[in-house]
Amino acid sequence: MEKSVEILRNLDWSPLVISLKTGAVATIISFFLGIFAARKVIKAGPRLKAVADGILTLPMVLPPTVAGFFLLLLFSRRRPLGVFLYENFDIKVVQTWLGCIIAATVIAFPLMYRNARAAFEQVDANLVYAGRTLGMSEWTILWKVVIPAAGPGIISGTILTFARAMGEYGATSMLAGNIPGKTGTISQRIAMVIQDGDYLTAGIWVIIVMVIAFAVIFLMNLVSGKKMKQVGRW
Amino acid sequence: MAIEVQIRKKLGNFELDMEFDSNSRRIGILGASGCGKSMTLKCIAGIETPDQGKIVADGRILYDQGINIRPQKRNVGYLFQNYALFPTMTVRANIAAGLQGTREEKRQIVDKMIAKFQLDGLENRLPGKLSGGQQQRVALARIMAYEPDVILLDEPFSALDGFLKDRLQQELTQMLEDYKGTVILVSHSRDEIYRFSEELVIMNEGKAVCQGKTKNVFENPKRVEAARLTGCKNFSKIQRMDAHTMRALDWGIEFHLKREIPEDITHVGFRAHEFIPVWGERRANCIRLELAGSAELPFEKNFYIKPEQQGEMGQESICWYIQKDKWAILNEQGLPDYLEFPEEQLLFLK
Repeated sequence: MEKSVEILRNLDWSPLVISLKTGAVATIISFFLGIFAARKVIKAGPRLKAVADGILTLPMVLPPTVAGFFLLLLFSRRRPLGVFLYENFDIKVVQTWLGCIIAATVIAFPLMYRNARAAFEQVDANLVYAGRTLGMSEWTILWKVVIPAAGPGIISGTILTFARAMGEYGATSMLAGNIPGKTGTISQRIAMVIQDGDYLTAGIWVIIVMVIAFAVIFLMNLVSGKKMKQVGRW
Repeated sequence: MAIEVQIRKKLGNFELDMEFDSNSRRIGILGASGCGKSMTLKCIAGIETPDQGKIVADGRILYDQGINIRPQKRNVGYLFQNYALFPTMTVRANIAAGLQGTREEKRQIVDKMIAKFQLDGLENRLPGKLSGGQQQRVALARIMAYEPDVILLDEPFSALDGFLKDRLQQELTQMLEDYKGTVILVSHSRDEIYRFSEELVIMNEGKAVCQGKTKNVFENPKRVEAARLTGCKNFSKIQRMDAHTMRALDWGIEFHLKREIPEDITHVGFRAHEFIPVWGERRANCIRLELAGSAELPFEKNFYIKPEQQGEMGQESICWYIQKDKWAILNEQGLPDYLEFPEEQLLFLK
């Protein structure tokens, strides 16, 4: 007990900060990209729809290490894109926090996209038509009618995206590595201390992760439950 | 106020080829489900785009070669069957949704609409908490606030039960009374159309088959499909013998008429309520009453009578409907021996 208090006192909290920050940024990016992609895919023709849907969902189905492999192929500084980014914009992806964000976004994005798409498809097309005949612009219809009507689905998609982005391990470890204080996320820290046989520190991090996970689930039920009651069945 | 529609649109195997124009303020489009009447309205509103054609409302071209005004700019209101109220917006926000102008201008219009459509006290409710009738009023208020040139009503009553339907029809007619623009009602119910519209267009399989003043069309539908949609139950192919004689092939009887029979007619129609029962001697233009079946409804009795000879239209029985207030005579005298087709009620059809 004393030992765990001591560990807690000397704990390096940077993984928590890095994970939360990564999760937040990846969620914001996924939120807009996911909604945008969902809109595009819904409007696309059947063949394009099948292909686009496959590609956009792939990162969720593939093992994260495979996604990490592709990301490395893309962003490595021995590869054209990596070279281009570094030479023109001084942007480094591999072994940086940016790598964390990209890895987390790629892995978590399909959750946002799929939830947003399912939620949009539930929205009565007549609402959009009504908006148009009432003179509302497409933009207003999207933000004032469609997204609120798809609200519960989009919110739960956002929360799941955050959870997934925060916990990402495989692709992150390959692309961003585990540099303490820079790219060392909670998941990577747990794996690292376990390798050192430090089960006590690992346990503390596990407890922290579980508290966050419960908070996320609770939040999700709260929000979607409340929204549902407010709107009612229609 | 005038509307002119001439559109073609191919949808898989179905082809819409609709053409009508009218100066009436209240136009009805009657057609069976899937005949393309909703598609026609959607094209007028700009929700769907025809393959080719022309749509003019009030002298304003909405759609033509190279012109396709966006639905936002057409100024055409559309009342959806499910009203399509925005579920996350209050009544007030729903009515204000399409309005332009300052906050104060919007507030004034919305207040006016709330008073006009008797929505006081409901302003801050969400649509999910309103009754069907209230939802219809909100939907209409939302459309009227926007002051459209044309209002399209897409089967507004078909999802309702009988009692509510009757009340809402009455309400809608009243609310639209002082509306100066054109209203087009689309429905598969002849009663709704009859009570609402001055001018009637009958649609069948994507085409307008007949158009005219509503009462005239009901009296003389001219075409078999039109007669069927106006509620006529009995049809027969005919063979014209001379100017005053014809054989109804599907009923197996011959008609001798004082009226002249037009040369180009191919069918004859007869409404199930119009028969005159005959006891005893057979008269002219009668059919022998040989019962194939019967059914009793709350306010009328239906009898199904075998034709004297089977024809090629395959109508198995002739329908005779008799209203409750006339049953007494049947109880007294029993079923009649013959049914007479009064000649002025025979519909000459093509």
